[in-house]
Amino acid sequence: MATAQKDPVLVVLQLNGGNDYMNTVVPFNDPHYYDNRPKLGVDEGNVLKLNDEVGLHPTMGPLRDMYKDGDMAILNGIGWAGSNRSHFRCMDIWHTAEPDYFATEGWLGKATRQLDPHGENPVTTVNIGHGLPRALVADGVSVASVADIGAYGLLTAVEEAQRRQRMLDHFAKMYAPVSGRGAVVDYVAQTGMDALNGADMIKLAPKRYESQVEYGSNPIAKNLRDVAQVHLAGLGTRVLYTEYGGFDTHAAQATAHPKLWTDVSTAVADFWDDLRAHDAADNVTMLVFSEFGRRVKENGGGTDHGAAGVAFAIGPNVNGGIYGDYPEIRAEALVDGDLAPTQDFRGLYSTLLGDWMGIDEREVMPREFEKPAIISSAAHS
Amino acid sequence: MADNNDVALMSHLIRRAGFGATRDEIEALVAQGYEATVDQLLDSDSQPDIDEALLFRYHPMAEMIYTLPHAQMNWLYRMVNTGRPLREKMALFWHHVFATGNDKVTDAFAMHSQISMFREHGMGNYRDLLVRLAKNPAMIYWLDNQDNHKRAPNENWGRELLELFALGVGNYTEKDVFECARAFTGWTFTGKASGIQLGPIPWKFDYRGEDHDEGEKTFLGKTGNFNGEDIVEIVVRQPACPAFITRHLYNFFVADEPEVPKWPNDPPLDPDAIAQLSEVFVESNYEITPVLKALFNSDFFKESAYRKVRSPAETVVGTLKVTGDLSDPDPRWGDMAEKPGSMGQDLMNPPSVEGWHTGREWINSGALINRVNFAADRLGNPDLPGVAAITRRVGSNGPTMSAAELVDRCLDEMGPMTVDAETHGELVERVSAGGPITRNPGDEDRKFSQRVCDLLAMIAGTKEFLFT
Repeated sequence: MATAQKDPVLVVLQLNGGNDYMNTVVPFNDPHYYDNRPKLGVDEGNVLKLNDEVGLHPTMGPLRDMYKDGDMAILNGIGWAGSNRSHFRCMDIWHTAEPDYFATEGWLGKATRQLDPHGENPVTTVNIGHGLPRALVADGVSVASVADIGAYGLLTAVEEAQRRQRMLDHFAKMYAPVSGRGAVVDYVAQTGMDALNGADMIKLAPKRYESQVEYGSNPIAKNLRDVAQVHLAGLGTRVLYTEYGGFDTHAAQATAHPKLWTDVSTAVADFWDDLRAHDAADNVTMLVFSEFGRRVKENGGGTDHGAAGVAFAIGPNVNGGIYGDYPEIRAEALVDGDLAPTQDFRGLYSTLLGDWMGIDEREVMPREFEKPAIISSAAHS
Repeated sequence: MADNNDVALMSHLIRRAGFGATRDEIEALVAQGYEATVDQLLDSDSQPDIDEALLFRYHPMAEMIYTLPHAQMNWLYRMVNTGRPLREKMALFWHHVFATGNDKVTDAFAMHSQISMFREHGMGNYRDLLVRLAKNPAMIYWLDNQDNHKRAPNENWGRELLELFALGVGNYTEKDVFECARAFTGWTFTGKASGIQLGPIPWKFDYRGEDHDEGEKTFLGKTGNFNGEDIVEIVVRQPACPAFITRHLYNFFVADEPEVPKWPNDPPLDPDAIAQLSEVFVESNYEITPVLKALFNSDFFKESAYRKVRSPAETVVGTLKVTGDLSDPDPRWGDMAEKPGSMGQDLMNPPSVEGWHTGREWINSGALINRVNFAADRLGNPDLPGVAAITRRVGSNGPTMSAAELVDRCLDEMGPMTVDAETHGELVERVSAGGPITRNPGDEDRKFSQRVCDLLAMIAGTKEFLFT
């Protein structure tokens, strides 16, 4: 249970490429599933059954355990009406929470603005990885993007400490905000200040970290370990973001998809073990999502781009269970061969922002959506 | 001495059409003239390629290419040392547009072969290039066309050809995607090895007629028994195609456009420029070189200096070129392969088929730190030949100078670059803090060179250095 001393933290794991919903949460009791997936369908005998209708992919044992413990919510059929199957556009819609036009600000960028309105903490929001997902971008909002937490610092090759400090002082003044130079220069200046101010804090994370948990050696294990280190360092970080790729399984899905979920399930379980071992899990909730689900009918060795997908919310404050109806798979119910969404992802965002992070969700998304009640009502008591 | 406006313009051309050059090289090009230099860049065969034998002798793995860093090193070495910089720039351009990644392809030699194809044909005919792309084994595997069968079409390649490589969203229907995929059934490749192999096995395009769907297809309003080449022919003749490709060229060479998915909604920054380039493109029957010639000779190009955010590859290669670091074989080349990746551009391994998000999206705190550190480490090193040359030149006007004079001379050498008043003030203050500037033989000379290097490292850290 989160306490007054421990502010709620959101960890987001983005699965890039479009995760195959139907082979992640398998509707083993629906013959339409096997009709459409003669080669790729997961045998009923192997499915990790959650009830009489659906079960998880056999590689997801660690997640099944969390589900059994009541710590995982499965959000069925998540998406929005009118998805266009483009990686680019669909990810952008998840990032900006705006399917109707091209928005520039990300949902968590806007949330960060509320969490830290005066930009006092440059590591309020931290991305672990190269680049910066649009979800975290908002004008004037500081975000640290860190690929390697051990090597995050400016002019680190300047050996003489005093000289380096003087150079950094000038650097700070060169990047100080000046009005009237245009949005790009403003953004660059802001980023320079973020880099300067965040570096000394992030550097502390590996120094403060000790753990018995042995993570795997794949990129998602490494990234979630870095997420854990930043969280455990107690820097006041409220939003942590990372990604894992390769879910665009048009081909060879039978080998690729199980490998991906083995990596993800193991890394996620190690991450939670690590947090629990440090008594630092109580104020964390994790969101796992992908830009779209995949086509119902397999294409031979894989599946093409689709629409509705699945999201997971994980953590001790989550009301475990299954939320929303599984979309109908019979041909007449499909939209252009895709599963029709049964819940809007912005409802989930609203729950996470309002009920979990305790901020004004309406400021991030002006429209109201049905909110799945995935956060335990005791969370903020 | 060359007129400074001419130097600025030439420096701009060489940064954009190539990867930059030393001041001496720029001044030699100014003497030959702007349009003559554009022609020389376009007629790249008139200039020397890299010395492959030299590269092979010192860095055999960069030519044999077993792993991605070998391929990345090969490409970076070319970018720095080629006499044909526009060819490398165009290879990079097509790599941005036809983004293919080794994370999935998992064959560095196949990736290298794709880039070599862009190098060889990227300044030729766009229609031919699309056909070559459709037959390129790395692309086939990247977009799963080896699994696009007569009885089980796989629409990955078909979709991205229309969405990302030729037309953009909104210029085709889902039915067109499917019909496009059918037309490319049977387009596959051979050579993918499983298990351990000693060295690369080249992949080869393979057309399997028995797996090609010979049925009638209706694609973008036309009906027939189309094969892949027919699809490319129909695609390039769509009105959306010239505007899409020339907007990509404008975005890469002139100014940062909004991200590609916004293009159907947001008009180009300079619609007249796109119209002008599109006209050249269509009139030349989809040749790329005439479009580049029109672009580099246009006023809109000449007026665009320092308005684009530099890409990581441009930052790495441009810094190496201006400092003269690693201009020859050198054991440190092996470390260079990862440098663009540390700034967010892992060459031959973009995050997805969308390619990299460019413009201001190159910049985030981690990428900025790595950019500044990379450039400051080199520009602050008095032993590098380019840095020594800059030091000599800025010190050649007499034994003393003011702090502001030194700053202005260094900025001039670095571009010429212009910086805003705040940046300028900080640079002058940094120099002033070291006391009066004197330059005498012996000890003083070393001190002078250290002060120049300290200033150059500061310039590497300016906001302005992030732009090109």
